[in-house]
Amino acid sequence: MRTSAPVYLDHAATTPMSPAALEAMTAELARTGNPSSLHGAGRRAHRVVENAREALAAAAGAHPTEVVFTSGGTEADNLAVKGLFWSRRDADARRVKIFASSVEHHAVIDAVEWLEAHEGAEARWIPVDTRGRVDLDWLRRELEADPDSVALVTCMWANNEVGTVQPVADVVRLAAEFSIPVHSDAVQAFTALDVDFAATGLATMAVSGHKIGGPVGIGALFVRRDVVLTPVIHGGGHERAMRSGTLNAAAAAAFGAAAVDAVGRLHAEAERLAGLRDRLIDGVAQAAPDAELSGPSDPEHAGARLPGNAHFTFPGCEGDSLLFVLDMLGVQSSTGSACTAGVPRPSHVLLAMGRTEEQARGAQRFTLGHTTTPADVDVLVAAIGDACARAKKAGMAGKESSIQTAGTGLNT
Amino acid sequence: MDAAATAPTRQDVLQTVWPLLTNDFGNPSSRHELGASAARALSFARGTSAAALGVRENDVVFTSGGTESNNLALKGLALAAPRGRHLVVSAVEHSSVRNAARYLAEHHGFELTVVGVDRRGRVDPADVARALREDTTLVSVMAVNNEVGTIQPIAEIAGAARAAGALVHTDAVQAAGWLDLAELAGGVDALTVSGHKIGGIKGAGLLMVRARLPLAEQLGGGGQERGRRGGTENVAGAVATALALQHAARAARDDDGRAAGFGTHLRDAVVQDLQDRAVPTGHPEQRVPGIVSFCFPGTAGEAVLLELERRGIQCSSGSACHADSDEPSPVLLAMGYAPDLALTSVRLSFTRDVKEAEITQTARALVAAVRAVAPGA
Repeated sequence: MRTSAPVYLDHAATTPMSPAALEAMTAELARTGNPSSLHGAGRRAHRVVENAREALAAAAGAHPTEVVFTSGGTEADNLAVKGLFWSRRDADARRVKIFASSVEHHAVIDAVEWLEAHEGAEARWIPVDTRGRVDLDWLRRELEADPDSVALVTCMWANNEVGTVQPVADVVRLAAEFSIPVHSDAVQAFTALDVDFAATGLATMAVSGHKIGGPVGIGALFVRRDVVLTPVIHGGGHERAMRSGTLNAAAAAAFGAAAVDAVGRLHAEAERLAGLRDRLIDGVAQAAPDAELSGPSDPEHAGARLPGNAHFTFPGCEGDSLLFVLDMLGVQSSTGSACTAGVPRPSHVLLAMGRTEEQARGAQRFTLGHTTTPADVDVLVAAIGDACARAKKAGMAGKESSIQTAGTGLNT
Repeated sequence: MDAAATAPTRQDVLQTVWPLLTNDFGNPSSRHELGASAARALSFARGTSAAALGVRENDVVFTSGGTESNNLALKGLALAAPRGRHLVVSAVEHSSVRNAARYLAEHHGFELTVVGVDRRGRVDPADVARALREDTTLVSVMAVNNEVGTIQPIAEIAGAARAAGALVHTDAVQAAGWLDLAELAGGVDALTVSGHKIGGIKGAGLLMVRARLPLAEQLGGGGQERGRRGGTENVAGAVATALALQHAARAARDDDGRAAGFGTHLRDAVVQDLQDRAVPTGHPEQRVPGIVSFCFPGTAGEAVLLELERRGIQCSSGSACHADSDEPSPVLLAMGYAPDLALTSVRLSFTRDVKEAEITQTARALVAAVRAVAPGA
């Protein structure tokens, strides 16, 4: 069925390394040296890591000492949520509540639930509107009611599934009235939007290498200088004693290079991708008129939605079937986040936005990135009508839904 | 001469993982073709690692490296379904095991028994047996010490611990490439491997942990690695670890004694020249060839290291993780060395690819370096 190279519209899952990152990584992989060693090879590797730290800090509006390298976004989120919880509760035993947006990435959700199961934390999920934006009035009421019981607030910068950009600065301002620290998962926002760590006043902020054109296996947590975190990974006391483990010089160098490269092109690239995204949204609306866009539309490119994200629900289509048909037609997409893609279950994000399970089942996400061209978008637009029709037919044939297949119990 | 801190990535490993860093960049959790291709690569890595360790594929959990693996083993096993809140570790463990154990003691009410070692750095299995209690959940003893190279009697320790109903973890980061890891893995419940110490790439390692054992996930989020370790899988890192491990297993199996000869030669040459001004540390026989360590009475470790570097030899005083500390090595203190003497430690470590000329040059440089800072030597 496919005649040309597949079109990759799943950049939010992972995006190819940028040439700058690949060059930095290649150069460093050819050398050796443990950045903690005191000899020449160690000092050289140490300098590589420190240069990467400075580059990353500059790209995110942070101070180099605020960068804690981790193995990725998931570890950064775990370190932030658990680390903030522990240090806040140790300072005052009443602080057990965690306020988290109901559309967080699983890295944050699982960390919060882990703290509930093991550490007596109480989770409060901040509701969102139909476009996926957090309800600030609700949060204010809740925080005002009993501020002394709150350990932290966590609110992602931009949603990985539906692309909604959250009012992070407002959340921080609100929490600051009660001196409550805020963590933000900026994995999808970093280098896609203007992200300035210092300006927001966040306590911590998580970013990931492989989502911005760097390698898999590295990420970072920005930790404001006055914030102390209890570590998640114990050991030799690397990274201000907040994260132990031999520093990954090659990946750090590539991450730094990717960040510098991406931030340098940020505004032009955001504008380009937002244009392509709108072309995609319009094209899909024409080819599949019953498709419903999830998350906010952003025709003026005012920053309400991630420039590279388009997410729809296709009524009557099983998301898995649509993904499969599209893959055969040469378009690679996702039903939601790749992290839950292995297990079919309705997206917690869509449910939080008030969609029904039936609607959530027809989800499909298309995410654009640095290699995406107008022709890629056109391939999808040309294929989507046919793909939907076939997916609907397949859905009729086997009405046993994928949700039942999963047997997760989440649908009960 | 600092391979125990980190070893160069093997060329064949780099060549194999190159496509995974470029064209085949997919996320293994994605269900389109590119994701499926990444999932196949990950599955290859899992199968290859399992084969090298002689375990099942489901027993392999890929991590970001040795430190994370040690943390996952200790906290994951201790917190999942503890039969009691008692742990046993040796006094010479790597800081990642030591501090994970300390965390369990401080935050989760575990009691910690630290089993001492003899002057040669060896744990007596009888001491472990005596430390075992009915509420002992986990025993963790490293297979090979990273500072002095002493091999621990893991089979005996594990036998005693398992007979008493406790789980056993061993940090095999420094054993890979020297000992038969399959034999080692066969006797324990969990075993740590680091990629970059054996020619893989940094930021990748694995924990062998029996799939039937409950394990409390330490990095949650996304359910990867069968719910045992969240986060997008580092496919290139996993494949690099697997290939390096495969190579290490082969090298250990085909051992021709060449490296052991080099280790002995280096130690003997230095002792012959410096006599009692050189004190080799660690066990004289039960040791891996690639780690040769000394204390030099009357010097300061740093001074010898600087002199060595001037002579083109890069090595360390011990653990790289401990490098910028002014404190004496906890390992040497546990072995009974006085703090003053422990501060003069020098560790030389090399892979099997070391050349005879490099060993000779190192021995000569070491003797000269010690004489330069301690003229009486």
